[in-house]
Amino acid sequence: MIDDTTVRHVARLARLRLDDAEEQVMREELSGILEHIDAIRAMDLDGVPPTTHVIELENVLRADEPRPGLSQEDALREARAVVDGSFEVPRMD
Amino acid sequence: MGLRDLTATEQIAELAAGRVSSLELVDAHLDAIARDDVEAFLAVDAEGARARAREIDALPERPPLGGIPLGVKDALSTRDIVTTSGSKMLEGFRPVYTATCVARLEQAGAVVVGKTNMDEFAMGSSTENSAYKNTLNPWDHDRVPGGSSGGSAAAVSAREVPWSLGSDTGGSIRQPAALCGIVGMKPTYGAISRYGLIAFASSLDQVGPFARTVADAALLLKHMVGRDPMDSTSLEWPAPIDVPMATDLAGLRIGVVEELMGEGIDPGVKAAVEVALVKAEALGATIVPVNLPTALSGLATYYVLAPAECSANLSRFDGIRYGPSAEADNLLDQYEVTRGRLFGPEVKRRIMLGTFALASGYYDQYYGRAQRVRTLIVREFAQAFEGVDVLASPTSPTVAFPIGDRTADPYAMYLADVCTIPASLAGLPAISIPCGLSDGLPVGLQLAGPAFSENRLLDTAHALEQVIAFDTRPPGLAT
Amino acid sequence: MSDLEPVIGVEIHVQLSTRTKMFCGCAPSFGDAPNTHTCPVCLAHPGVLPVVNGEAVRRALIIGLALGCEIAPRSIFHRKNYFYPDLPKAYQISQFDIPICGRGEFTAIREDGSELKVGITRAHLEEDAAKLTHGGGRRAGADGSVVDFNRGGTPLVEIVTEPDLRSAADTAIFLRQLRQTLLFLGVSDCSMEEGSMRADANVSVRPVGSQTLGVKTELKNMNSFRFLERGVEAEIARQREIIASGGHVQQETVHYEPDTGHITSLRSKEESHDYRYFPEPDLVPVAPDPAWVEQLRTEQPELPIPLRRRLVDEMGLTQEDAEVITGSPELVAYFMEAAGLADPKSCANWIRGELRAQLRELGQEPWESNVTPAHVAALVGLLAEGTVSVPAAKEVLAGVIETGDDPATVVEARGLGQMDAGDLSAIIAEIVNANPDQAQQLRDGKDKVMGFFVGQTMKRTGGRAEPQAVQALVRAAVLGE
Ligand SMILES: [Mg+2]
Ligand SMILES: [Zn+2]
Repeated sequence: MIDDTTVRHVARLARLRLDDAEEQVMREELSGILEHIDAIRAMDLDGVPPTTHVIELENVLRADEPRPGLSQEDALREARAVVDGSFEVPRMD
Repeated sequence: MGLRDLTATEQIAELAAGRVSSLELVDAHLDAIARDDVEAFLAVDAEGARARAREIDALPERPPLGGIPLGVKDALSTRDIVTTSGSKMLEGFRPVYTATCVARLEQAGAVVVGKTNMDEFAMGSSTENSAYKNTLNPWDHDRVPGGSSGGSAAAVSAREVPWSLGSDTGGSIRQPAALCGIVGMKPTYGAISRYGLIAFASSLDQVGPFARTVADAALLLKHMVGRDPMDSTSLEWPAPIDVPMATDLAGLRIGVVEELMGEGIDPGVKAAVEVALVKAEALGATIVPVNLPTALSGLATYYVLAPAECSANLSRFDGIRYGPSAEADNLLDQYEVTRGRLFGPEVKRRIMLGTFALASGYYDQYYGRAQRVRTLIVREFAQAFEGVDVLASPTSPTVAFPIGDRTADPYAMYLADVCTIPASLAGLPAISIPCGLSDGLPVGLQLAGPAFSENRLLDTAHALEQVIAFDTRPPGLAT
Repeated sequence: MSDLEPVIGVEIHVQLSTRTKMFCGCAPSFGDAPNTHTCPVCLAHPGVLPVVNGEAVRRALIIGLALGCEIAPRSIFHRKNYFYPDLPKAYQISQFDIPICGRGEFTAIREDGSELKVGITRAHLEEDAAKLTHGGGRRAGADGSVVDFNRGGTPLVEIVTEPDLRSAADTAIFLRQLRQTLLFLGVSDCSMEEGSMRADANVSVRPVGSQTLGVKTELKNMNSFRFLERGVEAEIARQREIIASGGHVQQETVHYEPDTGHITSLRSKEESHDYRYFPEPDLVPVAPDPAWVEQLRTEQPELPIPLRRRLVDEMGLTQEDAEVITGSPELVAYFMEAAGLADPKSCANWIRGELRAQLRELGQEPWESNVTPAHVAALVGLLAEGTVSVPAAKEVLAGVIETGDDPATVVEARGLGQMDAGDLSAIIAEIVNANPDQAQQLRDGKDKVMGFFVGQTMKRTGGRAEPQAVQALVRAAVLGE
């Protein structure tokens, strides 16, 4: 189960603005999904290590050699707001 | 029979014999794409494709893939061709680079004709989560093509392209291939570079081919596998992918996953799979029952791990460097309003679920446990492959369902991937081939093998394909 | 209030001076036109993936070995999630529970020669944020901000210490000597001003004898050791005052204002951080080959702190000499080369004294000048064998700086060789005869007058006499010694 406070907290962490109706639906749907997911909370996992990668690679390292990158024009071309070669963002408060 | 009825292999042969040009082939498919009866495409690059076809036609020697058309899932970055991943968050976005797998195929002579529809950011099993439109199942336009790579599957089934690329995180290639009656394969995790694949769940995502024959799928795969210096998780490929030729299955041990042949599987689907297994036996294979007791926990595990990874992967979409953005006068609004408005409901649901599963106080209960269940699933597969060479099951528990049928209940939609998710969690290769019809709709047979067993899987699928002799042409398809 | 002791730990971010960024092939850049050193990876375009810079791993290992850290046989990367415009993926790839370098210890030396031991908790690899300039925007009034990704993704090693420091002065000593060590390793420019080395201090106070830690504040990002020392001092004083007046220290991030000397709180309506760390699925573990680690250990240059001790104990330098000589790896190399050819103590004297003084006017460092370490050794040799006097040697040095000729050539060309003993005796005899009053004073035991004779002799000989020899000859002439 997940309550309104948790939904609001998680939405803030994820930077998602939800209106009241969305928040309500989200609470119900997440609670429903979590009920199914809770199956794994009942499993006996004593001594079972976590799997982060299914492949057994190690030490994939790159040589420290510069590669050509993007022109300033290409770097900025999809940006919504540009000021003197930089990406613009709204004020922070 | 028109040019579009030729398989990719046949089209390449026609080109080699000089009986057709790349431009003619590309034009024939572009005509169909212009009508796009099944709403498979989000963007079409007709000019670029024709130009490339002319270039290839002018080459002194044809490249291996000859210059035949290719559809590409919109989750793959294509330089200067609008790439949205099915989301309003990337509406109008023109990437500055091309995904490695696409670049490799272009290098080998594939001609990208356009980008195919998909569930937003690959989250879904019906392509109904596309922010742009529903794609229709070529076998029944009132039904979904499956997803998330529904556009790529429908485009191949409807013969708008001979083959296409999809991506598969929990079944997003195999399930739509099954629902559209074509071949779809997810290779071993790490087989194909993910560089340029817009990430959904990084530890699960793999690119793979759609085609109407196993041989075509193998050919596409052959030109994509192998290590890419841009992807740390890509693998040095041990041996070349062969175009399959097997005609019998003598000595092959096929394990039937009992957990995936029971409750929750449509009787018609089960029946078609069983008929296919009988045919496998007739080809010399031994059929044995196998248990994967944790496999059914795969769904719950997946719905913790994938959302958790996606919650981080989708954080970069903030409207600052690319993509549309809300006009806001402070940063917090810029983030929250942009993301709140431009992500669709399913994407927001998964971001919320994943953020929750990683949040302080919940990590150990959810993410931590899911990673450990994943270990159990990996072990169970390893154990199963000590006794059998290939595991068989239905690809999807049902045939294509009606559009709108499951959109109200997220978990009902999640169940569509119950058969495909276990192999995804274990990083194993799996292929879906059409094995018959149920109520006039295609049924998919899933074959999974150990890591790097692509060649054997392709051979098995090819041999079965010959005896199943499924007619991939949807009834009533306009020519 | 004397019953409260400060407890300080520091976190240091060191930018590695590699040719490319941590996870992409762009060259990190400072001062170029904005967004001219970027690629899809460091701009976090959809679909891109990180690839670890092997040289950054090598340098992290070098740092870890120098700090005596345990090297993790297998370390992994994590994602640290938070939204900020200078962090394009909205997560920083960092390390969490298995850093590449684990526990270690660093020993600094205080001015009085005592040891200052500081436990190292960890040193891990991560990527730097981009440059965010506040108030540079046009949209939304003049108070928007602008982002330049040229430095975004520069490799960082974050070094975290145990709360082992007990004063602001010790904190500054530790950081200075840590910086010096990093410079010797050649891994970073370590410029506080340019931000290639940044330190945050965690400060708390507790009753003396207490084993539990008090509530700490985090003093952010000071751009000089001086401000850092003053800032820590001011924060300790502030916390002592709060406790003396019966209050409680709040856990928060604080900032030191160098102009006013005041501590201000950075905390606005800041939410509690929840970074949602989880293992980075796009990267595989780093498991350095033990043979490689061993090789790096053997290749490690002699570090300034142990070197300082060796210069004093084995080469006869003073603490002060040793501190100056170990000021930079270049100076150490310069000195070592000279000291291999002539008496180390004399070489140290000449290098840290006269050579640096003369070069200062030219704005040169010894290793950039015309004077080679062999020249220094030759000069010391000429002095030792009495070929030149000390004052003449200074002129010889000036000549070498000017021409790059070796000292013997300069001595010859400028006639700066020591005077023949007989000639010198004759000159001194003349001076003594011409100054009977001063000679009498010397006989009366007024030794101060010796300076007069030495000065006169130097004047007559153009500095080509050794002052000590002059003194002996004057005594002989006047006192018959
Ligand atoms: Mg850090
Ligand atoms: Zn870059």
